Amino acid sequence: MRTITRRSRSLGALAAVAALTTGLLAGCADDSGGSSGGSSSDTGGGKGKTTITLGLFGTQGFKEAGLYTEYEKLNPNIKIAENVVERNENYYPALVNHLTTNSGLQDVQAVEVGNIAEVVGTQASKLVDLSKVSGVSKTNWLDWKWQQATTQDGQTIGLGTDIGPMAICYRKDLFQQAGLPTDRDKVGQLWAGDWNKLVAAGETYKRKAPSGTTFMDSPGGLLNAVISSEQEKFYDSSGKVIYKTNPAIKAAFDLTAKAASEGLVGAQTQFQPAWDTTIANSKFAAVACPPWMLGYLKGKSKPDAAGKWDVAAAPKSGNWGGTFLTVPKSGKHVTEAEKLVTWLTAPAQQAKLFNVQGSFPSAPGAYSLPQVTGAKNTMTGDTPIGTVFAEAAKAIPTQVIGPKDQIIQQGLTDNGVILVTKGKSAAEAWNTATKTIDNNLEK
Amino acid sequence: MATRHDTAAPPTEEGGAAPGRPPAAVPDEKEQRRRNRMSRRWQRDIRWSPYAFVSPFFLLFVAFGLFPLIYTGWASLHTVELTAPTDMQWAGLRNYTRIFDDDFFWNAAKNTLTIGIISTVPQLLMAMGLAHILNYRLRGSIFYRVMMLAPYATSIASASLVFVLLFGRDYGMINWALHAIGFDKIDWQNDKWPSQIAVSTIVIWRWTGYNALIYLAAMQAIPHDLYESAALDGANRWQQFFHVTLPSLRPTILFTVVVSTIGASQVFGEPLLFDANKGASGGAEHQFQTLGLYLYEQGWVNQHLGRASAIAWTMFLILIVIGIVNYVISRRLRASS
Repeated sequence: MRTITRRSRSLGALAAVAALTTGLLAGCADDSGGSSGGSSSDTGGGKGKTTITLGLFGTQGFKEAGLYTEYEKLNPNIKIAENVVERNENYYPALVNHLTTNSGLQDVQAVEVGNIAEVVGTQASKLVDLSKVSGVSKTNWLDWKWQQATTQDGQTIGLGTDIGPMAICYRKDLFQQAGLPTDRDKVGQLWAGDWNKLVAAGETYKRKAPSGTTFMDSPGGLLNAVISSEQEKFYDSSGKVIYKTNPAIKAAFDLTAKAASEGLVGAQTQFQPAWDTTIANSKFAAVACPPWMLGYLKGKSKPDAAGKWDVAAAPKSGNWGGTFLTVPKSGKHVTEAEKLVTWLTAPAQQAKLFNVQGSFPSAPGAYSLPQVTGAKNTMTGDTPIGTVFAEAAKAIPTQVIGPKDQIIQQGLTDNGVILVTKGKSAAEAWNTATKTIDNNLEK
Repeated sequence: MATRHDTAAPPTEEGGAAPGRPPAAVPDEKEQRRRNRMSRRWQRDIRWSPYAFVSPFFLLFVAFGLFPLIYTGWASLHTVELTAPTDMQWAGLRNYTRIFDDDFFWNAAKNTLTIGIISTVPQLLMAMGLAHILNYRLRGSIFYRVMMLAPYATSIASASLVFVLLFGRDYGMINWALHAIGFDKIDWQNDKWPSQIAVSTIVIWRWTGYNALIYLAAMQAIPHDLYESAALDGANRWQQFFHVTLPSLRPTILFTVVVSTIGASQVFGEPLLFDANKGASGGAEHQFQTLGLYLYEQGWVNQHLGRASAIAWTMFLILIVIGIVNYVISRRLRASS
């Protein structure tokens, strides 16, 4: 009798626990339903409209350039919503997490060029092959940009939006005070074809430099510029990590270390508040500069710096930055998302984006459009920046990229050349950097 | 839960000193069964309801505490990458053995220890002093107490970002002040000890008020006659503090030490945000990378979930060891007093 009641009691308790658990799980299910509700048909504002959501990082500028409004006008049954994470470091791990678990994804997801190789290599099965979508033509894009988002077996999982053809932005007033030429062609000739000559120009600058200024902004900026112009950097074409044995990388590191030890570059890390302050206070004369950097300089400068900058060709052309748009297969509106991505990345829209946002088109067809050829920037006055950067874009090498490029580059910069500005030798800095990188790469 | 008092269970035993009940009308059999049923239900209620009431915590703990803990342990025995978390390759204890010669791990462990000491010791001493002052009759004491808790209510992120600006090398206010009184400027982010002191400052700023309030509450619970008799015996204020206040606060001090030690071993947000660009590597030479930060770097930046899990478990084991040492010391202290 007693045992029976005890059992029935424990059964009762079990039932209570089970009921609670179900409630809990149901609660979870409700939650996930709610969070993915963003991509479901919008029942609130516009009746029967399909809402397409974009997951973006940083400032892509589609909204600012009015492209969403334009698309919604062209397609009255579509509504567009974007979901922006400020920094790619925070955006990308979450994206990988969402892709591997196939949940929480937006209809369109942006991928930065530093991560595209990893996404192509590991997540391609989760993403739509956009090369098959009608209206997408491979010839619309620069060849290397198209290849970066294409898998070994020929699926293209991302369409390029912008690229970052690199030039050197310099202060005409500071160059003049230091006795360097100020005409952009002459400045370009000063170092054409050889980064060593750029550092040599820095030495010239230093001899008569206006007090408190350095030639370039930071060791990281210079290192990045030199490396970006190399065809092979951290991986070889078979996918092997070669950064330590690649002579071009060691040469770039040593050249930057030399510039840093001679005080030609500021002891700063790019995109940190202190670096921003050196922009505001005009503490450097030149900076490696893709088109989007002009926008950054404008944002951080005092108004009296307007028009004092100019843009010259870099010793060798390279690419810095750029984005791809991908469409996850598990999205709720895959077809609509494909159409939107195709439209957003078409040359005409890329040209509009450049005009408003300074994101340089990855579609060469846009280079002859008036929005590009006629583009001006308040920082550079009358300089036809569209033409200057288009020249650089055409000379960018097809670079071999790898999945861990970002980690390697950050190691060389933030655990490497910056140490030289603290009085470490180039060899010590190289050791710290390679040790950090190797530990970070090891699985 | 509504209980019908007229049908509640009778006391199990009657008698004792209490006057006997007047003989109740003998209920018929049906009524008797009904009463028995109600009584059983009532007993069941008393016996099992408490479990139901505490179960939400334990269910949540199993879902979000125990399960992740065990799963992390399982993952730490594998090579797993964030890009394919379901694709696990058995690695045995490799992720643990490599920790022994992982310089970065031991560097992070050392930093965690030194930052822990630099932040906890001054923090608790200052908290004690503040609590002692606030324990006197002060005008506007509520205002001071609220002010002290304000840093605790501030988010780590906003506090850290403000401190980053204060500690800036070229344009920071602290270096500006040091310069004004004739000192050289200090590179708070890139030099080892300055960076650790700066990170500790953020921790101290946030937690001192919290601990001070705990001490204050404990001080106010000390019976006043202890102070009176001490005063009668001729003890001055300092002697009263050392011989009455401190011994009475011993359990509270132990509590704050344990909580601060746990907090110090998990310091993460402050060093992560102290150098926004380098982020998880904790400075160019990892000079203020804590264990929590190293774990985050391995798991989320470098995407090695297996290694990160092993680091997490090692941290857990270290914490257990610290806990045992703490327990032994506190027992010794109690035995000696």
